[in-house]
Amino acid sequence: MELSIFAHYWPMLLKGFGMTVLCWILGTGFGMALGLIIALIQRYSIAPVRWLVQVYVEIIRGTPFLVQLFLLYYGGPMVGIRLDPLPAGIVGLTIYGSPYFAEIFRSAFRAVPTGQIEAARAIGMSEPTIVQRILLPVGLVSALPALVNFSIILTKETVILSIITVPELLYQTQRMSTETFRYLEANLVLALFFWVFVEIISRIGRRFERRITHYLIERP
Amino acid sequence: MFSSKIFLESFEPLMWAARYTLLVSGLGIAVGLVIGALICMASMSKSGFLRGFAAVWVSYLRGVPMLVQLLVVYYLLPVIGIDVPAIVAAVGTTAIVASAYISEIWRGAINALPKGQAEAAVAIGMAPGDVWRRVVLPQAVSLSLPALINELILLVKASSLVSVVGIMEITRASQAQAGSTFRPLEVYLAAACVYLAINLCLAALGRYLEHRMAV
Repeated sequence: MELSIFAHYWPMLLKGFGMTVLCWILGTGFGMALGLIIALIQRYSIAPVRWLVQVYVEIIRGTPFLVQLFLLYYGGPMVGIRLDPLPAGIVGLTIYGSPYFAEIFRSAFRAVPTGQIEAARAIGMSEPTIVQRILLPVGLVSALPALVNFSIILTKETVILSIITVPELLYQTQRMSTETFRYLEANLVLALFFWVFVEIISRIGRRFERRITHYLIERP
Repeated sequence: MFSSKIFLESFEPLMWAARYTLLVSGLGIAVGLVIGALICMASMSKSGFLRGFAAVWVSYLRGVPMLVQLLVVYYLLPVIGIDVPAIVAAVGTTAIVASAYISEIWRGAINALPKGQAEAAVAIGMAPGDVWRRVVLPQAVSLSLPALINELILLVKASSLVSVVGIMEITRASQAQAGSTFRPLEVYLAAACVYLAINLCLAALGRYLEHRMAV
């Protein structure tokens, strides 16, 4: 084991980690927004649009993230979509995450008691107001555990961006190992690092969940 | 412009490469089922050491990206003196990652069984081994089948990562094809179609099983 390489390379790794976090936050944020839009379309739009959206959901969920990235990054320029690695990575994460987020929102909306929506209609609320005042606030709370869970899954997907040369943590680690020929140490430390990182954010996520849903979800 | 000729021509090498995708994910889940069963037993055992081991196993494998694990295994094996082809590292990584998820699926299925079932079996005088073999396991396995099919779909997609260590599966083959034809759009679209076809078949199988297992 030769861990002294880290003494020399840590600023590069830190930069890579920052990039990982950036990709994760932007990808999750945009993915969640797109997912919410998809879920609303699936609820309110006319049938043909709903089918199209359903086809999108099936295609994205049925193909590997890596292939989607290749299509976007290498195939994109042929249809005029020219993206640098970082934007391509963020767009890729957004597209990859959106159907999963959409499914989470969809089942959360279905869990909103129909009586509440009927009551809102009965007192004359318009549909947009119902979405804003009833569907979203009630649905979001029951969606929260699943949203947190999937956001954590997305942290792990960010390493795949290294393959299209986004300079995130794995990319920097690989650069370090090709320069020092220390492949095992570098990857082993990276694995341990991710383990700790994911463990910490999932604890924070669970605590956050508990706080938000404290009075709303029945606990045994 | 989009060349449908190249798109269609890409299918042949990709279908050929699909056997490696199926091999890695199929063998991965098969070995994962065995390790997953052992981990599940460990996590439900009376010994604190075994429970702790299972907890660490599951937490590590679910907390570290599969690509990183694959690289660790790939570079670790030669260092500890095991010189095996990359395919073994690929299947091995897939299997241990799958085992973590499978053990949780099985634990959930066993916990979901009504307690009365096992108690009734004990009450009519069945031996503990028989209770497991004849009452708990058959029901747990059928309960968990849809979730296992889901896991298999995830593994088919995750197997695209083993292209990184040089296995000629669908993704790697499409990279080679894209490189030689200079038409990445068509080739990667074809690759997406092959994956989609495999996964839609698996999803249909999952729905069929779910329908059949429904009580």
